[in-house]
Formats: sequence, C-alpha cells, structure tokens
Amino acid sequence: MTTVFGIPVAVILGQLMLGLVNGSFYALLSLGLAVIFGLMRVVNFAHGAFYTLGAFAALLGLQQLGINYWASLALAPLAVGLIGIAVERLLLRRVSGLDPLYGLLLTFGLALICEGSLTKVFGATGQSYPVPPALAGAVNLGFMFLPLYRAWVIAVSIVVCFSTWFVIERTRLGATLRAATENAPLVQAFGVNVPLLVAATYGGGVALAALAGVLASPIVLVNSHMGSSLVIVVFAVVVIGGMGSILGSIVSGLALGIVEGFTKVIYPEASNVVIFLVMALVLILRPTGLFGRD
Amino acid sequence: MRTTTILYALLGLFALCVPLLGIYPVFMMQLLCVAMFACAFNLLLGFGRMLSFGHAAFFGSAAYATGWLITAHAWGPGAAIFAGVAVAAILGLAVGTLAIRRQGIYFAMITLALAQLVYFVCLEAPFTGGENGLQGVPRGKLLGFLPLKSDLVLYYVVLAVFVAVYLFIRRVVHSPFGQVLKAIRENEPRATSLGYEINRYKLLAFVLSATLAGLAGALKALVFGFVTLTDVDQSTSGEVILMTLLGGTGTFFGPVLGAAVVVTLQQYLSDLVGGWVTAIIGAIFVACVLSFRSGVVGELAAWHLRRQKASNGPVV
Repeated sequence: MTTVFGIPVAVILGQLMLGLVNGSFYALLSLGLAVIFGLMRVVNFAHGAFYTLGAFAALLGLQQLGINYWASLALAPLAVGLIGIAVERLLLRRVSGLDPLYGLLLTFGLALICEGSLTKVFGATGQSYPVPPALAGAVNLGFMFLPLYRAWVIAVSIVVCFSTWFVIERTRLGATLRAATENAPLVQAFGVNVPLLVAATYGGGVALAALAGVLASPIVLVNSHMGSSLVIVVFAVVVIGGMGSILGSIVSGLALGIVEGFTKVIYPEASNVVIFLVMALVLILRPTGLFGRD
Repeated sequence: MRTTTILYALLGLFALCVPLLGIYPVFMMQLLCVAMFACAFNLLLGFGRMLSFGHAAFFGSAAYATGWLITAHAWGPGAAIFAGVAVAAILGLAVGTLAIRRQGIYFAMITLALAQLVYFVCLEAPFTGGENGLQGVPRGKLLGFLPLKSDLVLYYVVLAVFVAVYLFIRRVVHSPFGQVLKAIRENEPRATSLGYEINRYKLLAFVLSATLAGLAGALKALVFGFVTLTDVDQSTSGEVILMTLLGGTGTFFGPVLGAAVVVTLQQYLSDLVGGWVTAIIGAIFVACVLSFRSGVVGELAAWHLRRQKASNGPVV
C-alpha cells in the first residue's frame, strides 16, 4: 500500500473527504452569514440554531408526517426560511440602525430560546436519521472507498454555494441586492422595496443554514446543541475569510474543512482547535481577513 | 447623590449581617463571585464598548489554575489564587492583543473563537480532569492562619475582596485612564486624532478586565471546592453578558444587580420550571435588547434625571 510520511494514502484521502464534508457545512453556513451581514449588518448568532432547526424539521417530518429525505431537502429550508422572515419582521427590524452589537445579542438570545426549548422537548440525546437508500453504500474508486452520501453532500453544497454566488454577482436581482448593501436609502428611492428585500435575504440566509442541517442529519446525530458549537467555528471561518466577500466565504469554508481533515491525520489532538489557530495567525498577518476589503 | 449614599450604606449593612439573617453563605459567596465577574466584564463593555463573548475563558482558566495548584501541588489558597489571577492576566494579554486588531462585532467573534480554543484545551489537557473537572479542592488556611474551611470566615474574605474590586473599578473609571477609555468608546477616530494610542488603552482595559474576571473565578473555585467545564463554557460567557445588560451597562451597580437577579433566578427557577431555564434566559436576553437596553439601573437613573429636570422647570 502506498504511504506518505508513513501514513497510508487511503487514510489521508479518507480524512480529506471527511474534511471536505465539514468544509461544505462551513461554506453553506458562512455564505449565509456573509449575505445577511452584507445587507443587514447583523451577525446572525442564531445561524447555528437555524441549522439545528433544519435537521429537526427533516427528522420530525420523517417521523410524524412521513416526508422523505428528498422532499425534506426542499421543504425544511422553506419552512425555516419562513420562520426567518417572521423573525426579521417581528424582532430584528427593531434593532436595525442601532449598534450592530445589539443584533448579535438579540440573535444570541434567540439561539438560546431555540436550543433550550428543543432540549426540553426532545431531550439532550441525539437521534439518528436514516441515509436515503439511493445514496447508501460506497463505491470503490480503486485507491479509496467513496461513501456515496458524503460525496452527495459535497456536490450539493458546491452547487448551491456557487449558484448563490451566481445569483448575487451575475443577475439583476443580485445587482439590486448589492446596490442595497452599498446604499439602501438610495435604492429605495429608485422604487425597490428594500424592507422586503431585507426580509427575503434573511430568510434566504437562514434557509441555507437549514439546508446544511438537512444535509447533515444522516451523518451526525440530530440533537438540540448540534448548531451551537458549529456556529463558533463558522464565526472563526468568517473572521478568516473576511465577511465582505461571498466567494471568499465559500472558498475559506471549504479550505478550512480540508485543513481540519489534514490535522486529523497528522496531529488528531489539535483538530478541534486548528481553525481557531489559523484565525489567530490570520489576525496577526492580515487583520482584515484573507478576502476582506475594509 | 444622597439617595445613592444611603442605598450603599444599607447594602453594606445587609452584606455584613448576611450570616445573622440565616441566608445560606455559600449562595451569597456565589453571588459575590459572579457579581465580581460581571463588574469586571462591565469595565470592558460599559466603559470601553468592547463586547467580549469569551470572558469565561479568563474566569475558568484562573479557576482551573487555582484548583490544580491546590489539589496537585498543595499550594496555600493565597498563593494559588495569586497564580490563578496571573494566568488569567497572561491569557488576557494574549487574547486581547489579537482581538483589538478588529472592532465591534469582529471583536466579539474573535473573543468567542479564542475562548472556544481555551475550552478545548481545558477539555483535553492532562491536568484539568476532562469531563469531570477538578473535584475536592480544599480551602486551606489563608496566609497560614485564617481557616477558610469555615463558611463564615470565607464569606467575609470574599466580601472584602468584592468591595475592594468594586472600589478599584470605580477608581479606574474615574482616573485619567478611564476618561480616555470613555473617549475611545464615544469616538475612536477623534481619540486617535487627539494623540492617544488607543490600542494601548484598549489592551490595558482588556487585561484589567480579564485579571479581575480571573480573581472572581479563582475565588469561586475555593468557595465550591470544584472546577468544571461549565466555568470555561460559552454559556458562562453569555450569562455574564446578560447580567451586565440586564442590570445596566456602563453603570457601576448595574452588573451587581444583574448578577443577583440571574443567580437567584437560576437557583429558584430551576426547581419551578425544570428544563426551561435556558429558554427563559434567552427570552430575557431578547426582552432586554428589544426594550430595556440601558438595564434596570440605567433606566432608573434616566427616570431620576427626568424627574429632577421636571422639578427644576424647563431648561432654557
């Protein structure tokens, strides 16, 4: 068997694969954070909670209503996105124009409410979600086994991330969105319904988080605190990438997942903290982040 | 002014008489430690407008260092607390140096991420006891003669430290350093253009705040005799923010009041509502941010000011 530095290549590739799966989640979540922050100047602390809600929506949909995985993939983000729009309309709107710290604190409170209620109702232990039969098993690529579901996660994440990038950077809707990011009152003066745009953006951003939650549910145990530690890692990803850039958040999310996977091979004890260490290093060398503009 | 003096005198009298009133001293000590933690945090948020989302790292690391030195190396409580506080100060210097490179929400995210790093270190390091934490930390004798084993003696020691920290924070805020810090809070570019090296002021404020948070954590380790992962957890960082916000950021007494409310709620609410405590804390958070941004003490002060203005007639 081929080895690099005494480690079998298959092991390295396997960990890279796992890293890329984690990176897919980081990319989906940090992309949503970046889009929301760009337009609303709100750091959405509840992003992890919406990810958890997405996973729970899929799980409960399957258990209570018999909604299968494929339908959940569309329905759960839709439902969570609607919740997001309600949250923006009823709560977040009231702190717009204030110091951005209040948006962070408000969404932190929302995350606590969500996590606390889910823990109370469903308990702290995780429940597993079955892998859809069409994606079960693995293919032998000759040099490694490729678990189908994980490949699917990476593919979906990359397609969704780059379509979002395309919509924002290359379409008329995206142009309006970017214009509103630069100068909302002026865009409103041109007759664009900016409040609607803001609500839709928040809904869209949290729908991406919910999609990540549905994608993650067959891999991780679905539990009430699955999002709360993830959101901290995603914050670090966002600090590393710089929140100003859509493409930057996608690329740094995927790249940091791979870095984490590599660390698992070389020095497993550090795999939990490597992203935070990278963040510290970036802050020393380039405080605005790798793709930051401010 | 007169009313505040009377209120402080009454509070002081109450604090001195607590053992006579039959209030459980450990509960009061917990309250004082947490209030000290909140006051330290408020020094940073209230007077420097820096929202640290990772203050549990300093509170917890000092608690771990103190507990470990006492249990594994049989240090006396005084020396162990001193060492614990030193650990928090050094950690504060490291985290602060990185975090002040960005402002506002980035500052919050960076402190949160670095605190999570400290959390993982505490989880995996060989001397912290992992998931179990450190158990059975003996209180020993302070300076070789004060038997801290007695709740009564320890209570007065903790009270004395708390009063000293409270007065120290007042002194710091009213010092020239504190005035510059407030100037930076109000308008950073202007403070820079006046010739102040704002990053040095911010870093010093951060280290001071981390050090005092560490003192609170070290005392807490002694009071309870155990240190757990909760002490470095992000939920602890969140709670100290809530206490400060609820009581009133940028007021001296606000964090103490906020700490008293939250600790009492946690103590009694958990029996009443079972597992809903986290959700209720979150709801208080949301309510504070939406309609109560100056906190209890802040709102009271504003109300008092309005009344004074009204009784003095309109200001021309």
